Amino acid sequence: MNVALFIPCYVDQFYPQVGMATVEVLEHFGVKHSFPVEQTCCGQPMANSGYTEQARPLAEKYVDVFDGYDYIVAPSGSCVAMVRHHYSPFFDSNNARASTVRERTMELSEFLVNVLNISCIHGRFAHKVGIHQSCHGLRELRLSPSSESCTERADLLTSLLETLDGISFSTLQRPDECCGFGGTFAVTEEAVSCMMGEDRIHDHLQAETEILTAGDMSCLMHLEGIIRRQQLPIRVMHFAELIAEAIQSVVPVETANKRNHR
Amino acid sequence: MSHPLLAEQFISRRDRAAWHDRSLWFVREKRDRQANDVPEWEELRKFASDIKQHTMSRLPNYLEEFERNAKALGVHVHWAVDGDEHNGIVHSILERHGVKRLVKSKSMLTEECHLNPFLEDRGITVIDTDLGERIVQLRNEPPSHIVLPAIHIRKEEVGACFHEHLGTEQGASDPKYLTEAARHHLREQFLAADAGITGVNFAIAETGGFVVCTNEGNADLGVSLPKLHIACMGIEKLVPRSKDLGVFLRLLARSATGQPITTYTSHFHGPRDGCELHVVLVDNGRSQLLQSPEFRRSLNCIRCGACMNTCPVFRRTGGHSYESTVPGPIGSILAPFRDPDQHTSLPFACSLCGSCTDVCPVKIDLHHQLFAMRSRLDHQQKLGGTKKLTMQLASSVLRHTWFYRLAGRVARYSLRWLPRFLIYNPLNGWGRQRELPSAPEQSFRRMYEDRQRKERP
Amino acid sequence: MNSASSRNTILRELRAAVPESSPIPNLPVRGPWQTFDDPLGRFSELLTMVGGTCVRVRNIADANTVLQQVDAWNSAVVRCSLVSGVGDSTIDLNAVDDPHQLENVEFAVLPGQFGVAENGAIWVTDHGIPHRVLFFLSQHLSIVISSSQIVHNMHEAYARIEPQQHAFAGFISGPSKTADIEQSLVIGAHGARSITVLAVDEL
Repeated sequence: MNVALFIPCYVDQFYPQVGMATVEVLEHFGVKHSFPVEQTCCGQPMANSGYTEQARPLAEKYVDVFDGYDYIVAPSGSCVAMVRHHYSPFFDSNNARASTVRERTMELSEFLVNVLNISCIHGRFAHKVGIHQSCHGLRELRLSPSSESCTERADLLTSLLETLDGISFSTLQRPDECCGFGGTFAVTEEAVSCMMGEDRIHDHLQAETEILTAGDMSCLMHLEGIIRRQQLPIRVMHFAELIAEAIQSVVPVETANKRNHR
Repeated sequence: MSHPLLAEQFISRRDRAAWHDRSLWFVREKRDRQANDVPEWEELRKFASDIKQHTMSRLPNYLEEFERNAKALGVHVHWAVDGDEHNGIVHSILERHGVKRLVKSKSMLTEECHLNPFLEDRGITVIDTDLGERIVQLRNEPPSHIVLPAIHIRKEEVGACFHEHLGTEQGASDPKYLTEAARHHLREQFLAADAGITGVNFAIAETGGFVVCTNEGNADLGVSLPKLHIACMGIEKLVPRSKDLGVFLRLLARSATGQPITTYTSHFHGPRDGCELHVVLVDNGRSQLLQSPEFRRSLNCIRCGACMNTCPVFRRTGGHSYESTVPGPIGSILAPFRDPDQHTSLPFACSLCGSCTDVCPVKIDLHHQLFAMRSRLDHQQKLGGTKKLTMQLASSVLRHTWFYRLAGRVARYSLRWLPRFLIYNPLNGWGRQRELPSAPEQSFRRMYEDRQRKERP
Repeated sequence: MNSASSRNTILRELRAAVPESSPIPNLPVRGPWQTFDDPLGRFSELLTMVGGTCVRVRNIADANTVLQQVDAWNSAVVRCSLVSGVGDSTIDLNAVDDPHQLENVEFAVLPGQFGVAENGAIWVTDHGIPHRVLFFLSQHLSIVISSSQIVHNMHEAYARIEPQQHAFAGFISGPSKTADIEQSLVIGAHGARSITVLAVDEL
């Protein structure tokens, strides 16, 4: 299985440790990976602002860069949702090459659970963790059940983390309300964006969260921005970093064929 | 004024914004409890969506069928291309009957057409009888929510309003006391009215009748006393069969207010003996919406307001920030569709969280439509220059790997070395209430390159 | 623009749209719909939840006995009943030709057709009711139904009714209410302040 790393542009530039943690986690489970250096951006900021035509060349570049891999794995629900759900305007439905690349693009937790069938991670993380359900991962990729929906769904991230030794989870008053990042929304509707972010943080504070984690660094960038400005006692980590830290004591699996079973 | 500016004003009274947010979240939680009480909830939504989709695929036929059946019952059926024509039709009916004062139950359609000021300019007194609507009417402001018109008003403010207009005690704010005062006041209005106007929640093609849902009974009181009943409806409010109501009535109140059904769900088929019943069918842009493959699903809307209650932006900024008869997620599609120049900021008053789509009882893919509306506004060249220029620039940079890498290095360098006062200046929207991320020395790709080199001796 | 030409314009504009053809869903009466082991019990529970009262009685005489114990009935000076044997009338409804004359009715006893378990609603019609406004104008209401006539859900309800047979018919679920002032629930907004449902076994 040959897996390409798709590292979102802002993670590449500002949160490289999240990319490195993703690498460590994949290597731990014996996944052979590469990083196609031509990658830049999935085009989400342009598309979200309504400038679909500005996103088109980036979508085309994406397909060119990632063509030929078995899976393309990203530590970002929103970028993956963009590629899987919002690239239709840019490619003909009978463009098999584009369709294949899109289908094979996966968010990290869904790759771990649904492709590698990981049901248990041997590691230790003795902290109280508050999971922030990033909206794209939640309602586009359906990585967890949403509080509005009566459809039963697996909660992929919790299923991965709850097997870690010593971990506990905080109980939020609003388990999946949006953090308020929303892309350029964070700046164009700054007042409500920050009120939403503050409200999430206060929910975590009342729930005694020590580590606030999520699958999207964009949400965490926004929340951490507020946390640092207000000097609040919460630490922010992408779940890839959390898992990488937890497995540090464990010897990496030798081959890609070895699976962890509960 | 745009949404961001009005939103900022609303949020500047932080306690009030938080109270407004909590009030609507409470309604959302009630909705959740009701939805979870119905094991087949998600199937019901699918049925509702399919029924509406089917209805829209044959709308002209169903409208003709409705008209035929309604006329056979003795109903007068009128057609209005737009809001102005609707107002003219209603006025001429009222004039013919010598109506001087009328009572009106909640009808977003009549709000959309601005019926009240039209009639008042022509010497007809209009009393809105839904309690929330009466409150905003006395305060001379528009409703801020399509189901909970006065959700933005505190009880002390209602008390002050009623003290001024209804003679209640000064300083009184007990909802029971105030509601009782309104009950007496409105009872007089019902008894004195020459005509009653209602909206239409659902019209039934197969029978020529229609349904009006209320908790207060104000619609029924309004039309069961005077001899004239005028019902105003958007043409999308049709359902094909009586039995379809079984689906919609199970979804409507649960989605809107978190109750299993409204207190009154009244079915009207033809006029009372010796009385007249008129139905005014209004287009006002709906046929244009039907012609749009991208946005026609918005016609499924049954005006329940669930999208507003769940929207984290609506809850914190209030309906008035949208400057649209129907605000919130659905309004942010309908308003810019009809009038792109007036409402460009609305589709962007959204973080694309998708919660609205998950609660919509008729499965409108609201957040996808909001996303598509942004693009539509760009194609219509309604979006301002600077943002587009920035995006064009960003796109050019991101298209070329070397350019992107250079830009990244420059950004990180600047963030590390520029003095704080330069970075956190008034132009930096991000930096007003947040820190920017700290700038690492190396990008991920550099670190990865180094790592791979180390592992290959 | 006159109404006929507006009609043509609207229909023409609608026909210019070509939405994908979409079949009408089949809606079975016995579908994947919620049912209850004890429909009357569930009906009563829901009615209570929305502020109404449900009392089950064996026969009409017992229904009348229960009614006589209701405070609002006892204190009602102007009252009427359209259910033979339950309560009495101090006004002659057939002599009333203008519904406005009913503004002082404090208590009305009216018939209901059946109840709906899932939401505590009762289907009422204007059949035999000289003035439908009684359902709304009267300060208090009592509705008499047969205790065996409770359907599980709204789908079964619609299988039973033909709303087009009546100029007015409707579902009534509990007393009137509003939460328009700061989301505080107040019972007794414009319509009835209370509803006492008498569910009679031997109707």
